[in-house]
Amino acid sequence: METTINYSEKIPNNVNLVEDRALQRALERWQPEFLNWWRDMGPDGSSNYDVYLRTAVSVERDGWAHFGHVKMPDYRWGIFLNPVDGGATIHFGEHKGQPVWQDVPGEHRANLRRIIVTQGDTEPASVEQQRHLGLTCPSQYDLRNLFQVNVEEGRHLWAMVYLLHRYFGRDGREEAEALLTRRSGDADNPRILGAFNERTPDWLAFFMFTYFTDRDGKFQLCALAESGFEPLARTTKFMLTEEAHHMFVGESGVSRVIQRTCDVMKEHKTDDPAKVRALGAIDLPTIQRYLNFHYSVTIDLFGADQSSNAATFYTAGLKGRFEETKRDDDHLLKDRSYPVLAVVDGKLVDHQAPMLNALNEVLRDDYIMDSVGGVERWNKVIEKAGIGFRLKVPHKAFHRKIGTLSGVRVSPDGRVVPEAEWNANVDQWMPTAEDRAFVASLMGRVAEPGKFAGWIAPPMIGVNRQPVNFEYVRFN
Amino acid sequence: MAATAPSAEYALQHLIDPEVCIRCNTCESTCPINAITHDSRNYVVEFSICNNCNACVPPCPTGAIDHWLQVRRETPYTVDDQYSWDALPAPLELESSASADVPDDVRRLTEIATEGQGGAASPPFSAAQPYVNLYSLAKPAIATVTGNYALAAENASADIRHIVLDFGGTAFPVLEGQTLGIIPPGTDVQGRPHHVRLYSVASPRDGERPGYNNVALTIKRVAVDHDGNPVNGVGSNYMCDLKVGDPVNVVGPYGASYLMPNHPGSSLMMICTGTGSAPMRAMTERRRRRRSLNEGGEMVLFFGARVPEELPYFGPLMKLPKDMIDINFAFSRVEGEPKRYVQDRIRERAEKVAQMLQDDHCYIYLCGLKGMEAGVIEAFRDVCRDHGLDWDALKPQLLAKSRLHIETY
Repeated sequence: METTINYSEKIPNNVNLVEDRALQRALERWQPEFLNWWRDMGPDGSSNYDVYLRTAVSVERDGWAHFGHVKMPDYRWGIFLNPVDGGATIHFGEHKGQPVWQDVPGEHRANLRRIIVTQGDTEPASVEQQRHLGLTCPSQYDLRNLFQVNVEEGRHLWAMVYLLHRYFGRDGREEAEALLTRRSGDADNPRILGAFNERTPDWLAFFMFTYFTDRDGKFQLCALAESGFEPLARTTKFMLTEEAHHMFVGESGVSRVIQRTCDVMKEHKTDDPAKVRALGAIDLPTIQRYLNFHYSVTIDLFGADQSSNAATFYTAGLKGRFEETKRDDDHLLKDRSYPVLAVVDGKLVDHQAPMLNALNEVLRDDYIMDSVGGVERWNKVIEKAGIGFRLKVPHKAFHRKIGTLSGVRVSPDGRVVPEAEWNANVDQWMPTAEDRAFVASLMGRVAEPGKFAGWIAPPMIGVNRQPVNFEYVRFN
Repeated sequence: MAATAPSAEYALQHLIDPEVCIRCNTCESTCPINAITHDSRNYVVEFSICNNCNACVPPCPTGAIDHWLQVRRETPYTVDDQYSWDALPAPLELESSASADVPDDVRRLTEIATEGQGGAASPPFSAAQPYVNLYSLAKPAIATVTGNYALAAENASADIRHIVLDFGGTAFPVLEGQTLGIIPPGTDVQGRPHHVRLYSVASPRDGERPGYNNVALTIKRVAVDHDGNPVNGVGSNYMCDLKVGDPVNVVGPYGASYLMPNHPGSSLMMICTGTGSAPMRAMTERRRRRRSLNEGGEMVLFFGARVPEELPYFGPLMKLPKDMIDINFAFSRVEGEPKRYVQDRIRERAEKVAQMLQDDHCYIYLCGLKGMEAGVIEAFRDVCRDHGLDWDALKPQLLAKSRLHIETY
């Protein structure tokens, strides 16, 4: 690897990297490891493609969206923090009203590091989960979107690694290295969070993942954007702008799958899933089962419904709530309660828990409200086609593996059911091996500009006002 | 009156397409002035707050943000209207059918150019009826180049051209102060057709050569951008390199506001820099050709450039009779002389300026770079203060009477 990289040029940044020699050296050591990881675990077989990517070169309004064909390993992974908001104060927890911290307070060091590492670990994880999808892309447009998501996850990793290197000394550097050595789905050295060890085997799974699971990212980042540790807040604020693109890929991707299915159903006047499949589209019940899976594993990501860590993070001013500043309570929450679910006499019932301990549940509920909105927009597509089917998010107790509800058998409509009923219906509720095999059978590479696989409709508009048949990827 | 967007009556309202929007909140968090808000259904833009700064446009992951609909200024879509939408409403049917398809580029450029006066205004009451938007991007008029002359001296650092386009048998009626759009051929680096470039006509309504169906344009070859970085202006280089006989795609005409008064005794105060002189030349030439009618009224010109060699039409202007036009040059880069800007000249002529500001029959035109506008307004403010007037009170009156017209870029 080259040893004379000019980082001030090579890494677009607004953190004065060039003036911090120690930090620069640390990143110099980490960068080749990152590139090695990208070569090994990044998008399969793509290193020679020119991809029409959006690169952020500054946080200013004009620096945001530079579009052009780029070889992915040459993508300029930069470090961007939103501008310092002079005079900002912490707006929740016991330090409320005090100036935000520019450095890590000693007593919160371990917790902040843990928060940053957990967030940072999801970034390379999803790249690993998605690394083979390029081989089965339904169009150049989608391939480009996949790669855009991948490079931005890479940038988010850079963002977290910057914080680790800059503020956490040797511990931080070790954590930064570990971020490159864990592997999604690896039995011995897995990624930290469950959903990030699941497979993303096909494009429907990818779209569901970017819709549901990247939305978890949005909510976590929003909560961290409230942090009293200002560098973290400023970093995550900028990351959110990129995260939005990932959710767009998911929402529009699923929507286009549904559109295509509805078109096929209308054209052939059928609502028989078997016929729809025979016609090469994904039947709506299968889409519902994928939704059930991705939704349920994602809401687990918010953690246990009652958590003393969550209370500590909040009270210490490390992690706020979604839209903390828009809420008109005391931002201390000491005497408040919040309903969480429990199973009592074989039934799900709400009981009041101290809100501070229930903050994971608060964030989960905010997430649920947000994700339901997109599902309703998918339903509009079905409604417009005059088809009676409606997609629905399952009950939040369905298929949970974390917290009080872990392992409780709950149907999608929210009934606690006996094991026998669960077993009798699970094939209706969760994607089966056969469902996955069918979806996998549709996955064939379509890579000619303007052409789309038969199971997905073209998008309404292209990227950056480009036509849909633009050459988004040059394969060389 | 032919309604053209934007105008006193119509405005462009920035809206978000709810069918494409994914409610990611990026626009709301990007907006520097909190013009964007949301409910559980939709993200919406508050018309009275949004200043079309476009900060929200590049970060939007979907393109949903990039919509502007023409509305009546009095009745824009409210936030509640927008909350209820499943899709964008159909564009408003305007009284003038011709203006319905003013290209987005043109609308936005016009909004930006007329920002200083709060959007496009009404024309002077005695302005002639303009034709607008006769030729669209889909159906441009084709003109032929019949002249391309250097206006700046050979030793000048800027290349400024006087370009004459002839429309032959194609009707392309323009008034002084109107603009037309040129579409450079080919595509940009991203493979998209080039944006429309807007240029003010520099010739009067009866043609560069009286009785001919032609127009003149004043075009400076763009070699640096607003920040002084070297660029190769696509539109201006295309235009400046045109040869006699070349065909050019032209759209428009545009503009129903920046027009000259026609009533006898009406006066003009014209303030411009560089190629901002184009509309001033058109108006001056109109008045010159009608001089024998003795219609009265004065013309005062404040004209700024770096050096005399770069001042378009310097020679012809110097030949105009002194009793026809009162010319005040300001040069900012003449060696051995202090820098002088148009606002300095305005202050020097405070007496005359104050008198004209108070003359209900005097119409004021500004055209040039954005940077000039603030300086000129400051000078007006000073002149007013020294003459017992209050600029902040006067300006709305000027606008209400359509006496102040600003086009800056």
